[in-house]
Amino acid sequence: MKWSVLTLVGADQPGIVASVTDALFKQGCSLAQASMMRLGANFSIMLRVSHADETSLREVLGDICSDMSLHLHIDEDATNGNELEEPDVQVTVYGADRSGIVAQVTSVLAEAGLNIIDLETDVGGNANKPIYIMTMEGVASNGIEPLQEALQSLDDDIEVNLDEINTLRG
Amino acid sequence: MEILTYPDQRLKQISEPVETIDKELLGFIHELEQMRQSGPGAVGIASPQVNMFKRVVIVDVSNMRKPVDNHGHMIMVNPEITEWDGMAMGREGCLSVPDFTGNVIRAEKIKLNYLDENGTQHEIESTGFEARAIQHEMDHLDGLLFLDRLVSRRSDLFKRKVYKK
Repeated sequence: MKWSVLTLVGADQPGIVASVTDALFKQGCSLAQASMMRLGANFSIMLRVSHADETSLREVLGDICSDMSLHLHIDEDATNGNELEEPDVQVTVYGADRSGIVAQVTSVLAEAGLNIIDLETDVGGNANKPIYIMTMEGVASNGIEPLQEALQSLDDDIEVNLDEINTLRG
Repeated sequence: MEILTYPDQRLKQISEPVETIDKELLGFIHELEQMRQSGPGAVGIASPQVNMFKRVVIVDVSNMRKPVDNHGHMIMVNPEITEWDGMAMGREGCLSVPDFTGNVIRAEKIKLNYLDENGTQHEIESTGFEARAIQHEMDHLDGLLFLDRLVSRRSDLFKRKVYKK
């Protein structure tokens, strides 16, 4: 058994998810985490899959990729299915849209030890006054205080909230 | 005694009220507590999680790395929530749902009554993390898992609404 991460991107059209996952299912692949979304006119799939060692995912998805004009990229997943660390901190950012928000926020947080596990951004507001919204979760590898301090250095035009994720286990 | 894990359908069963707190029940509560302690960092446990469908839960959030408001170690027989107030989102995991955590909305503050293991009636107000733990455990008594209350991780704080004039 082997784990791989697939990335598929192509012009958005109905049936991409169904075709890709059906082909994988029929070849005995098993799906784990997935992130799929429309990005502009494209649709993107990132998918973690387990499959038999001898299965060639490129062959399994070859026809679909050419029929639907999807770009396929395959990476091996070295975790072999083992569970990884859970996020312990979440950060939300918003402000009037301008270039550089993601770069500035993530740079100071990276330096302070944040390992991002999940990040999503969106543009909202209206066309004249767009606002930028970013939410992320990660592991605070040096604890939460350095992250809080790091955020102090950011420009005042963006709102940043950092919260500990205190997971209840019951 | 072992922990039932989903998709075991027994976790969906509704538990019966305890009629008498006897030696047998106390023995069970003792074992239930040991199961809780054997779970990785479990702050609570409910009897259906160990295949006993009686309304008993244990909650103890007094040993958190970052301390939270709490009433110490609580054994709750026939607990009943009488008031709910506020809403908060929080991350939950469960002994019966290994290797998965998700966001759940719970009341921020609850009022409840229960009997302790001596049969003494208590009425308490609980807030925050402890209130969340109590609600999580009491859900088990009604055959509910946190999976039944999941909300998207992605809708954490920004609930976009369209306001039309």
